Order: sequence, then structure tokens, then C-alpha cells
Amino acid sequence: MAKLIIEPSPHIKSAMTTQKIMLCVIIALLPALIASVWIFGLRALVMTVVCCAACVVFEWITRKIMKRENTISDLSAVVTGMLLAFNLPVTLPFYMAVIGCFVAIVIVKQFFGGIGQNFANPAITARIVLMLSFTSYMTTWAEPFYYKNPDVITTSTPLASDTPAEITDLLLGTTGGCLGETCAIALLLGGIFLVVMKIITPVTPVCFIGTVFVISLIATGDIMQAVAAILSGGLILGAVFMATDYATTPMTTKGKIIFGIGCGLVTMLIRYFGTMPEGVSYSILLMNILTPLIDRFTVPKAFGEVKKGGKSKK
Amino acid sequence: MLIHSVHLPHYKNSAESPTIELPLPDKVIISMAQHLGAPCTPTVAIGDKVKIGDIIGNSEAVMSAPVHASISGTVTAITDVLHISGRNMSSVVIESDGKGEISDRIKPPVVNNREDFLKAVRESGSIGLGGAGFPTSLKLGYDRTEYHPDYLIINGAECEPYITSDYRCFMEEGEKILDGIRLILKYLEIPKCIIGIEKNKPRAIAKMTELCKNDSNITVKALKSSYPQGAEKTLIFSTTKRVVKEGCLPITSGCIVVNSSTVAFISDYIKTGMPLVKRRITVDGNIVKKPSNFMAAVGMSIGEIVYHADLSEKPDRILLGGPMMGACAFDIDYPLAKTSNALLLFANSPVYKPSACIRCGRCVSACTMNLLPTELEHAFDMRDAERLKKLNVNLCVNCGACSYVCPAKRNLAEKHQLAKAFVRKQSAVKK
Repeated sequence: MAKLIIEPSPHIKSAMTTQKIMLCVIIALLPALIASVWIFGLRALVMTVVCCAACVVFEWITRKIMKRENTISDLSAVVTGMLLAFNLPVTLPFYMAVIGCFVAIVIVKQFFGGIGQNFANPAITARIVLMLSFTSYMTTWAEPFYYKNPDVITTSTPLASDTPAEITDLLLGTTGGCLGETCAIALLLGGIFLVVMKIITPVTPVCFIGTVFVISLIATGDIMQAVAAILSGGLILGAVFMATDYATTPMTTKGKIIFGIGCGLVTMLIRYFGTMPEGVSYSILLMNILTPLIDRFTVPKAFGEVKKGGKSKK
Repeated sequence: MLIHSVHLPHYKNSAESPTIELPLPDKVIISMAQHLGAPCTPTVAIGDKVKIGDIIGNSEAVMSAPVHASISGTVTAITDVLHISGRNMSSVVIESDGKGEISDRIKPPVVNNREDFLKAVRESGSIGLGGAGFPTSLKLGYDRTEYHPDYLIINGAECEPYITSDYRCFMEEGEKILDGIRLILKYLEIPKCIIGIEKNKPRAIAKMTELCKNDSNITVKALKSSYPQGAEKTLIFSTTKRVVKEGCLPITSGCIVVNSSTVAFISDYIKTGMPLVKRRITVDGNIVKKPSNFMAAVGMSIGEIVYHADLSEKPDRILLGGPMMGACAFDIDYPLAKTSNALLLFANSPVYKPSACIRCGRCVSACTMNLLPTELEHAFDMRDAERLKKLNVNLCVNCGACSYVCPAKRNLAEKHQLAKAFVRKQSAVKK
């Protein structure tokens, strides 16, 4: 008689794994990557590959040094690398991008315990660190298709410019901006894929984007300007891919609603009153920090729960 | 209000396999712990001759049910056998005389009123056949001065994968189920009955609807096929929209939930007087060539039952009960219990290695009790009894849905069980 396995129930488990979830996110980011290569040229692809490679290498080294089990096979470092690259101008020197990867993986993710334990989104924090360290590089935006016409290199993002962008340009992404944030259609396509695959729920993105839409509608009174507001900057990228990060956002639906609306509010406060043109990354970081607090106040009522201290029969 | 659940594969391979009555075994090992509550004390001695239906173990405790001989023969040993719960339990070993004689004391009980009925249910050795094994007489013997239940709910959800023994009971003994319902409604004076069956068993729904079309107080409710639909509190909510309060028995919400096979057995017992000495069991799994339903004697070795279902290779995992809540058998000679509704055998079954929680929240949206499984795990790892209590760990029904959906393959349900024991221990220490 062969040895029998003795385990506590349940004895079957779903096919979903951490690795598959990360793979789905990578697939969801591909349309935006393709769009980016079309808009900003091959350097966008090289930048993404450099960031992914750097993130994986940093994760491998840190785990090795910390004598912890290596986790690079869960693909989360690849996701972080892609997201960070998407948040960088295509013209940024590679060494700066690699510094960003170090911040994201080593400082933000591994120093706090690795996957699932970090309190802030690694890619967003890294972007902010780079923004503060290399401000001029981080705010120099390449003109779309600049690789075809090397004379004109820089432009401003639609949010910083005085002439409003065309909606079609915003949808297609043929505007200035970070390499992965401009093409709204590609990003939304990825978002729909994630929702269909049940990797994310649409709650946070809808609340986030909805809040921005409503506020700009109230502020401008013009529906086209409100549409332009939600399609500009890093909003779609942030709302779909960063505000839905598992580790750094609330787990309950109620918490997600609060998180999404909070992100929208902070984004608009920064856009209207701040000195920076864009506030998506700061708003997400701020709400990341508030997440434990949101979680504490949104503990769902258990089925049949009676208030503590109340009387219960038998 | 929406109640969380998960979708599981059904694997009801044995659904259309009619029940085969297995020949009586040469030897049975009958545990004195066949139910929740107090185990019985053997009432026979080594060398005693017993016949089918003779009492071999009994208890004075309220929460108990007598145990009967399932074959005729001689008691050869009264010994401790390692129970599937991990504790040693006294068991009576009977070796067959090959005659299969039925006890002379078997005769239909005389039932004229509620007291007679409850006494008969107790003497029948009836326990919840759905798997939990709650003594039926205790469930039905609620305090009538305090409670007046509105509903008898028949649990025919059978939400666990593989298991079809309740389904076969509906298909083969639908009339008995109906008769049992009528008896309970009559003697306990309960006004209404709802038979809850999951939608993945349309033939059972159709059959029962047809059978009870003349009973205006009995209705069949088709339930969504989701797990854990058959959990008592979930089923009560699905059928009546009532919520059983924390720490309360279903009776406080005016509901009594009884498993369909249990009801059929009660009808049988009132008619014949034959106590619970055999049960229907589904045999399935990835190495079972003929997924089957068998009627087998209580105490029969599972190895002998499996023999009739034909295995393609040696199992590395044997489960008694469903894959979600069943327990691993540690021995192919383990005896069949009254509560075993399925016997599942697997080879090359995957063993998962847990990785770090990624806080995806899948467990949160899987929990039928609306708890936070990953937070409970964390609180237990920190040995924080206060936080565990605050997060209502006691409400966990151990359905295993959280562990099932976890992409990091963490053993959440297991941790919750340990956490409950930990909280109990902490509370005891405090007192």
C-alpha cells in the first residue's frame, strides 16, 4: 500500500494561481505597449524590457541576500517593471529608469516583506521618486511619432498645454505623455480583459474615473472637456492598473468605492489647485497610505452577526 | 442582501448510477462515535451473538443516538480504533455467521403522538445523513413551549462535487422522502415544508414537484448551484430569506433543516422498524473506473466497498465525504460510518504549496458568512484572540470556499479551525 496523503479539507483547489493573475495583467498591458511602440517608437519597447529585466534582477538579488525563497517566478516583478516603464517619458535615460526599478523592487516591495506586504504601489512610488530626483527629464515629453521627425522632440502633456487636445488624439494616444499612459483605447481594452478574466472588479476604476468626470463636469460645465479630462494624463492607466493593485488597496467593495472616490478627489484637487499638472500618482499613493484605515472601517457585517454586547438567545 | 458563494466543478459522474445493494461483509467494525455529541458505550460483550438491528451501543446523553449491529454473527472484539477525527474511539467488531439474520425485536414502532414519534426517531439511531451527523431526535425534539417552527426544510442541495447519494435517494426513494416529510409535519405540527434542491439536479426537482403536487403545504425550491448552498444557514436563507443569528440554532429562526436521505430513512423506520444499519454511499474519484452508488452496511471496510467500483491504480488520497469538507482516510480498512455519504479515491492528486497572500480579496468574496478569511488567518498567526473574536471566527462554517479560491493556495479554512480552538482555549483560561 502506497502512502496516503492526509490533509485538512478542502481537497480540491481552483486553477487560479498568483502567477496566472500576474500573467493576465501582463497580457492586459500588451495593447498599450503595442500602441506605445507605434506612437513613440522602438525605444518604448526597449525601455519596457529594460525596466522588466531590472525589476526581476533586483528582486532575485534581494531575495538571495535576504536568504528568502525566490519569488521571481510569480511574475509580479515583471508587472511592476512594465507599469513603471509605462509611467516614464520615452526619452528618459535608461540608468534613471533602472534607479526607479531599484526603488520600486528593493525599497518599496522587498524591504516591506515582498509580494502582498508592501503598503504603497512600487511603480507609483518609484515614479514619484524619479519625478523629484530628475524633474526636468521626467517632464520632457516626446512628441508623438518624434522618431520619424527628429527635429521636433518635446511637447507638453495635454494637461499642461493651453490648447485643448482632440478627443480622437486622446483615445488613440497620439499626444505627449508617459510612454504607456496616452492610448486610452488600448488601456481600456486591457481593463476590460482584466474584468472579464475576473482579475479585477470594475468598482475602483469606475469610481475613480467617475469622480474625475463629475468634478470636471461641474467645474467646466462642458461635457467634452470632462471627457478630455478623464482621457488625459495618467488617469486611465492609474485607475485601471494601479488603483486596482491588490496589496495596496482595500479588499472589500465598500472599501474600493471609498478608495476610488478618494483617488478621484485628490487627483482633481492637484489638477486644479496644485503646482503640478498631473495628480494621479500622488492621489493613488496617498490613498495607498489610507488603505489600512479604510480597511479598518469597512469590515463587513458577518452573516447573522449580532452586535457585541447585545443579547443573543441560546 | 446577497450571499457569497463559489462556483465549483460538479463532477456528478455517478448521478445516473442506480444504487447497488452490496453483499453483507464477513466482518464489520462499528464505531461508537457515529454522530456529533456523546459517543455510545458498548452494550454487548465479547462472545455475544447479535443479529441485524440489535442494539450494540447506547448512551444516556441527550445528544446521542444508539448504534445497531449491521450483520448477524459474534462479537469478537471491543477495541479502540483510531477515528477519522484523530481520536481513539471504542468500536465493536462483529464477525459474520453468514446468515444475515434479522433481529426478532425488529417490528414497526407504535406511533400515535409526538412523544412516540420522537422516541422512535431516537431508537432508530437516526443521525443527519448529509455528513455532519447531528442526532435527528435532538433536532426534532426542540422545546415545544418555546419554539413553533414555521418551516421544515429538506436539504437536498448536495452542493459538494462528486456526491450523488442524496440525488439517488430522490430518484429511487422520492415517495419515502415525501412520506417522511408528512410524518414530521404531522407529529411536530409544522405548517410548511420546503424541499431545497440545486438546479443541477433538474430530474430530482421535476420528480419531487410531481410527487408533492397534491400537498399544498410542501413546495420544491430550485436553488442556484453554488457552494456552499447546502450549509444550514445558507440553505435557510436561500429558501426562506431568514437569517440565523450568531450563536443561535436554526430553530430560533423558525426553521428545522433535515437532510433528504435522513427523512427517507425515518419513513422507512416507522414502516419497518429496521434501524440505521446501512447507508447509501457514492464511490468516485479519478481512479474509479465505475463511479457508483452503493448501499453498504455500517462498519464495512472501505477497501471492500471500493472493490466493487474497480480502481485503475493505487490511490494516494482517500476521502470520506466530499472534496470540500470530507476527511482523509488513513487506512484502506477504515470502517464505513453512518455519516459517510461519499468515498472518493484519487491518484496523482496535487499537493499545493502555499505562497504569500497577495490580498486579492477572493476569499472575502467567497465567504458565505461574509467574514474576512485572510484577516482571520493573520489574526491567528499573531495569536490575537481579541481580534479573532472581533472578526467573528466562531461564525466560520469550515466550508473551505476560501482555501479553494485562494490563488496563493493558502490553507485558510484549516487556520480558521485552529483559530476557533485557540479562542476557545483562551476563553477557558480567562475563566
